[in-house]
Amino acid sequence: MDSTRPAIKTRNLTRKFGDFSAVDNISFEISKGEIFGFLGANGAGKTTAIRMLIGLLTPTSGEASVAGFDVFTEAEAIKNRIGYMSQKFSLYADLTVWENIRLYGGIYGLPMETVKAKADDLLKTLQLSDARDKRIGSLPLGWKQKLAFSVAVLHEPDIVFLDEPTGGVDPITRRQFWEQIYEVTEGGTTVFVTTHYMDEAEYCDRVSIMVDGVIEALDTPSGLKEEFKADNIEEVFIELARGADRSQN
Amino acid sequence: MQSFKAFITKEFKQIYRDRRTLLVLFGMPIIQMLLFGFAIRNEVQNARVMVLDSSRDEVTRQLVNKIDASNYFSVAGEIQDINNIEAIFQQGEIDEVIVFENDFARKLERGGQPAVYVITDASNPNLAQLIQQYSSSIIVDFQHRIFPAVTEGGGITTHANMLFNPQLESVNLFVPGLIAVILMLISTLMTSIAITREKEMGNMEILLVSPLHPSQVIIGKVLPYLVLSFINVLTVLIMAQWVFDVPFRGSYSLFLAESLLFIFAALALGVLISTKADDQQTAMMVSLAGLLLPTVLLSGFIFPIASMPQVLQWISNLIPARWFLVIVRSIMLKDSNLLFLWKETLVLLVMTIGFIVLSVRSFKMRLE
Amino acid sequence: MRTIKFLLQKEFLQIFRNKSMLPIIFVMPIIQLVVLSFAATYELKEVDMHVVDFDQSDLSRQLVTKLQASGYFHLKSRSRDIDQGIREIQKNEVQLALVIPPHFKKDLRSGKSSSVQMNIDAVDGATAGLIQGYGRSIIQDFNAEIQPRATDVQRSGIAAPGMEVIPASWYNPNLDYIKYMVPGILVVLVSMIGMFLSGMNIVREREIGTIEQLNVTPIKRYQFITGKLLPFWIIALFELGVGLLIAYYGFNIPFVGSALLLFGIAAIFMLVVQGIGLFISTITDTQQQAMFIAWFLMVVFILMGGLFTPIESMPVWAQELAMFNPVAHFIKIMRMVLLKGAGWAEVQHLTGLLSLMAVIILPAAILRYQKSTG
Repeated sequence: MDSTRPAIKTRNLTRKFGDFSAVDNISFEISKGEIFGFLGANGAGKTTAIRMLIGLLTPTSGEASVAGFDVFTEAEAIKNRIGYMSQKFSLYADLTVWENIRLYGGIYGLPMETVKAKADDLLKTLQLSDARDKRIGSLPLGWKQKLAFSVAVLHEPDIVFLDEPTGGVDPITRRQFWEQIYEVTEGGTTVFVTTHYMDEAEYCDRVSIMVDGVIEALDTPSGLKEEFKADNIEEVFIELARGADRSQN
Repeated sequence: MQSFKAFITKEFKQIYRDRRTLLVLFGMPIIQMLLFGFAIRNEVQNARVMVLDSSRDEVTRQLVNKIDASNYFSVAGEIQDINNIEAIFQQGEIDEVIVFENDFARKLERGGQPAVYVITDASNPNLAQLIQQYSSSIIVDFQHRIFPAVTEGGGITTHANMLFNPQLESVNLFVPGLIAVILMLISTLMTSIAITREKEMGNMEILLVSPLHPSQVIIGKVLPYLVLSFINVLTVLIMAQWVFDVPFRGSYSLFLAESLLFIFAALALGVLISTKADDQQTAMMVSLAGLLLPTVLLSGFIFPIASMPQVLQWISNLIPARWFLVIVRSIMLKDSNLLFLWKETLVLLVMTIGFIVLSVRSFKMRLE
Repeated sequence: MRTIKFLLQKEFLQIFRNKSMLPIIFVMPIIQLVVLSFAATYELKEVDMHVVDFDQSDLSRQLVTKLQASGYFHLKSRSRDIDQGIREIQKNEVQLALVIPPHFKKDLRSGKSSSVQMNIDAVDGATAGLIQGYGRSIIQDFNAEIQPRATDVQRSGIAAPGMEVIPASWYNPNLDYIKYMVPGILVVLVSMIGMFLSGMNIVREREIGTIEQLNVTPIKRYQFITGKLLPFWIIALFELGVGLLIAYYGFNIPFVGSALLLFGIAAIFMLVVQGIGLFISTITDTQQQAMFIAWFLMVVFILMGGLFTPIESMPVWAQELAMFNPVAHFIKIMRMVLLKGAGWAEVQHLTGLLSLMAVIILPAAILRYQKSTG
């Protein structure tokens, strides 16, 4: 991929459900290798936006390209270049760690030796080697999420989308999780991550804050703090979210 | 109590808001009633008969006409060669072939006993048995008509009263049966799925740590389906009367009370299945694949229980629908009252209690 | 191809790992086949009978004894009150209340006629017809036995003229209903396995959420559907094989026709039923909905498929509807091939219909399955 071209680019991307605009005219560009934080309250439209970018949901209007491919016409080509970790744990609970890795490695067309080597590597770094032949359903949540992330980056995608990857996990595991994220960006992978932990926003290169389907602010964490004269991102967020119509659900 | 009320309200809302499921739940039983009520018949109508008549005399012609005139048969044509029968049956279009001996009328006149062969395609033995019986009685009747001396002027005559269903219409048999089968499957299936679904989604744990007593959780889950099933009983009953003209000779209140009891039994069975099954898939396969055929076959819905081998008659006692079927048919067609039906009612009651006790026990075991 | 291999591996692992499903998939159908095939008969066994004998003579007692000796009737109770007999029927204790009139013996001896009344529980019309038929012919026999004594002057030993009805039941001379039912029930069982399990599969992944992860991969739709189709196709055909072995060795069902032909057609048939299951799976949101629709179709297929009640007895519109019922076609094929030895020439028309259904429903399922929502 051409390093000068943005990894993700949207213009006036919109998704309506009936009269309701879940995502309303959002435009942004994310460059290669960036960690992009996508913040917003529950119901602000984060998941809808992600699902449009990864080809699970067709946008109503606007433009968007991911890894240089158009989301309207080349959704399947995008899928070769991206990894995705959904909000809801979606590996097979009744398969073992290795079986899940093998399945997805196989689907992405990796040679078996590569999958094996990568799996061993991954499990070693995550200190989960003992869990290799355990069913994923029996593992603690934190482990499951680390594994879900590993599966999302197994095929070395250009861009990886993480939808609230650290929901419900303890601070130490979250910390380790972010180390994992940093590690993949060193290889040039772009990371698109949604979260509502404001401390995590500080780990990102740039942050956007979405309120009621609209991007209200987009800048580096320090830039945002300056603009809103706040000590941390949380204050910025509360400032912006105060005017939201959509209640938390 | 407050939280229980709130929980029940939520359960009702959840089910009744889901229009699609609701449509399915109410619509499908109605469609099924219409389809099956009109289509399922076990009486023979216009069974197709071929005739091989090498005598071609007055007697055989009359007899063939008589057979053709009856509702049971229609004569499809003639064949000349006995060797063709095989080919005709192979094609599966003809059910019976009647073969007359040579010189039929003349032999009869001389006091002989000419033979009529009634050959049936018995690859469907049930149908073959019926049409053979019918052909024989038509022939015997015919014979009595042309030789009155044999029977009249003394001797025993028989007079048969077909009680409760003089036209022998199978609608009157099947429509009450359908009520039992549809109710059984819907109630059991829906409850077992509803509860295992909560388990599979992990909501059960949340509910169990709530201030609600486990039994309240179950009741809250089951209650909407009780209402739903009861509405189904009413619609099906209305259809039985207005669409199918099935007589209703007994007491409506007894019928509704018995239906309620049966719904309880079916719901309790559903709960029992759900306490044993871990996921919806298992619950569904047990309550669908496991119950569908046994309920249809062993309840007496189509095939009389008295015809089954002894062992199966014993097994059929375990099928709740078997008892309800007797109750429904008896109330609707025979005007039987509780005095006549206390035994069946008691069995259903015991079954219901048994299912509940077993569910509670296996539920407790799970929690421990 | 390689992708499909990995999907198949995954599906089989999941199937064989689900310990509570395995007995349901493999044991339950076999048990049902063995047990339920015996239930599907109208064969008249002992009918419980109430006798109201107003005559109380040796002749009336002889008649009752004769009925009992036939093996078709069993004397359960007796009384001197017709209403009592009717009540016994209402209680479902007996199916026949036989009334022998007063002066039965006297009338017969003096050459008059006497009418025996059979009150039959006709709720089940087919059974009632049989009871009437058997009852009447036993009574007529009895009549013939006692007639010579009353009228032997008139008829000096010459056999009464009359026709002799000789019944013959081809293909199944003993009217053995097991032979007829086993193939049909086997078809229903494998269809249930195929349709229910395939029907649940996709919607289950959707409900649990695992389908998301698959949908963001570059997997092709046909690959996905094939991965879902093939495992239960193999399992269902395997079970059909086991069922046929049981039919052959356990029930001594003749294999007049070619088992190979049967398997070839079964392979097409399974694609149809599974295709229907998968299609349902793609149009529903929850397993509950999917199962309910699958259940509805299955019940229609079974009850209107000629398994228990002949298709010929249905009204014309229902017979036309049976055209669209794959289960009906395959049951017919099974019976034709196994019992009558029908070959390709006889079944090609039905097989063509099944193939047509497969060609319509499978692409429909693939097209209807969307990796993204619109």
